[in-house]
Amino acid sequence: MEASAAGDFDRRNSSWYVDKVVQALVFIGGISGILCILGIFVFISKEGFGFIANTIDIKEFFTSPNWRPTSEENPTYGALALIAGTASVTGLAMVVAVPFSLGAAIYIGEFARGKTREVLKVLVEMLAAIPSVVWGFIGLSIMNPVIIDLFDVPVGLNVLNAGVILGLMAAPIMTTIAEDALKAVPDHYREAAEAMGATRWQVTFRVVLPAAKNGLVAAVLLGVGRGFGETMAVLMASGHSINMPDSIFDSVRALTATIAAELGETAVGSDHYQALFTLGIFLFAITFVINLAADLVLRGIRKEA
Amino acid sequence: MFETTDLNQRNRQVESRVKTLFLLMTLLLILPVLVILTMLVIKGGPMLSIDFLFTEPTQGMTAGGILPALVGTVWLVVVALLASVPFGVAAALYLSEYAADNWLTRIINLAIINLAGVPSIVHALFGVGAFVLFFRFGTSILAASLTLAVMTLPVVIVSTREALQAVPHAFREACWNMGATRWQTIRRVVLPNSISGILTGVILEVSRTAGETAPIMFTGAAFYLPFLPQSVYDQTMAMSLHLFVISTQVPDVPEGLPYGVALVLIGMVLSMNALSIAFRTYLRGKKKW
Repeated sequence: MEASAAGDFDRRNSSWYVDKVVQALVFIGGISGILCILGIFVFISKEGFGFIANTIDIKEFFTSPNWRPTSEENPTYGALALIAGTASVTGLAMVVAVPFSLGAAIYIGEFARGKTREVLKVLVEMLAAIPSVVWGFIGLSIMNPVIIDLFDVPVGLNVLNAGVILGLMAAPIMTTIAEDALKAVPDHYREAAEAMGATRWQVTFRVVLPAAKNGLVAAVLLGVGRGFGETMAVLMASGHSINMPDSIFDSVRALTATIAAELGETAVGSDHYQALFTLGIFLFAITFVINLAADLVLRGIRKEA
Repeated sequence: MFETTDLNQRNRQVESRVKTLFLLMTLLLILPVLVILTMLVIKGGPMLSIDFLFTEPTQGMTAGGILPALVGTVWLVVVALLASVPFGVAAALYLSEYAADNWLTRIINLAIINLAGVPSIVHALFGVGAFVLFFRFGTSILAASLTLAVMTLPVVIVSTREALQAVPHAFREACWNMGATRWQTIRRVVLPNSISGILTGVILEVSRTAGETAPIMFTGAAFYLPFLPQSVYDQTMAMSLHLFVISTQVPDVPEGLPYGVALVLIGMVLSMNALSIAFRTYLRGKKKW
C-alpha cells in the first residue's frame, strides 16, 4: 500500500458510518428521558394553564376547602380539603412506615446473614410489586370491616385505612432504598469500629447510621413522594368524601383521587377539566421538588464519600 | 481468655434485645401482607377455573369470566414494551457506553429520577393531553400503552444500565484494541454479556406495567367491553381497571368475584416478578468474572 500512515488509519468504511449512525440513534434514546419529562410538563400545562391564567383565584385554590366544580350557578375550586386529605393520609402512612422500614432496613442490612437475608430481601421486593389497585381492594374489602369492628365506627374507609394501606405500600420501597444507603457505607468503617471492640449495634448506631444519614433521609423523602402520588389505593380506601379531617376516622379525598374520579365525567376543555389539570400541575410540581430534594441529599453523601 | 466484664455482659444484652426488636419490625412489615395475601387466596381461590379465565363477563359484569380483561392486559403490556424497550435500552447504552460525565448526563439522570417519581395519575393526564388529544390516537390501546411506556421507561433504563455496567471494562478495552468500533464492541461483546441482565429488567417492567391502573383509565381502558381488541386503535378492558370497576362501580357483584380478579392480577404480577428475581439469582450464580 502506498497510502500514508495517517490515511491508512482514517478508514471511513461502512463500519465507521454504521458506528456514527448508531451513536446518533443511541443519543436520541439517551435524551428520551428529558423529552418525556418536558413533554409531561408541556402537555399538562397546555391543558391547565389557561385556567390558572383566566379563571382560577389562586387564593381560593389554596385556602378554600370547597371543591364544587360541578355546581350549576357558582362552581368553586378550593383545593385545601384535597391537599389536607393527601397530607393527612401521607402523614399517617409515614408514621406507620418510616420506623418499620428503617428498622427492617437495619435488620436486613446489618444483622441478618446468609439465607435469612436473601429471603427477607426477596420478600420485601415482592411486596413492593403488589399493584396499587390490589391495595385499594384490600383497603375496601379487608381493612374496612376490620376497622369498623375494631374501633366501632360507622365507616371504615377513612384516613386510618388509607394511611395504613399507603404505609404498607411505601414501606418496602423505603426499606429497599434505606438498605442500599446502609450498603453504601464502606465495610472498612464497620471493621474499624469492630476492631475497637464495638458490638454490632454499637457499630450500626454510632458508625453506620451517621454515615448513611443522607441516604436514609432520601429514602424517607422518596416514600413521601410516593405517598403524595399514589392514586388507586387512596381513591378506594380513603372514603373519597371532601372533608377537612379532624380525626383519623374521618373520610377524606386526595388530590390524585379527585383527578381519577372526575376526569372521566368532564368535557374536554371545560373549566372543570382544566381545573383537574391544574391539580395535576400542582402534584407534578410537589413531587418534582421532593424528588429533586432527595437527589440533592443523596448527592451530598456521594461528595463526602 | 478474657474475663467477661459487666460492661461486656450489658453490651451483649443490649445487642440481643436490639436485634430482636429490629427482627420484629421486619416481620411486622412482612407478615400482615402475607396474611392479607392468604385471605385473597382463600376467598378468591374458589372462583378460579378454566371457565373463569376463558369466558366473557356476563350480566353487567356480575357473573362470567375475565377473558377480555386478561387479553386486554396482554395487549397493553406488549405494545408498551415495544415502545419502551428500544428507547430504554438506547438510553441505557448512551449513559453506560457513550456519555461523558458532564452537565447533559447529569440532567438526563435527574430527568430519569424525576420521571420515576411522577404520580401515575399525572402520567394519565399527560397521556390524555398528548396521545389521546394532540396525536389524535383517541382512547385506544396505542394511547394507553404509550402512556404506560413513558411511565415505565425509567425501570428499563435503570435495570439495563446496571446490566451493561456489570460487564467488566477490560472486555471493552480488549475489543477496542482489536480495532473494533464502539458499536461493534457493543454488539459483539457488551450486549451478549449483558442480554440476560437486560431481560431480567424487562420482565420486571412487565410486572409493573400489568398492574398499573391510573395511567390507562382515561387513555384506552374501557369499563365494560366484552369483545377482544382487534387492533391497537381499539379500546380494551384490562385486569387492573376491571378490579377497580367491579369492586367500586358495579352494584350486586357477588362477594367472591372481585377476590378472584384480584387473585389473578396479583398472580400475574408476582409470578413475573418472581421470575425476574429467580433469573437474576441464577445469573449471579453463573457469572464467570
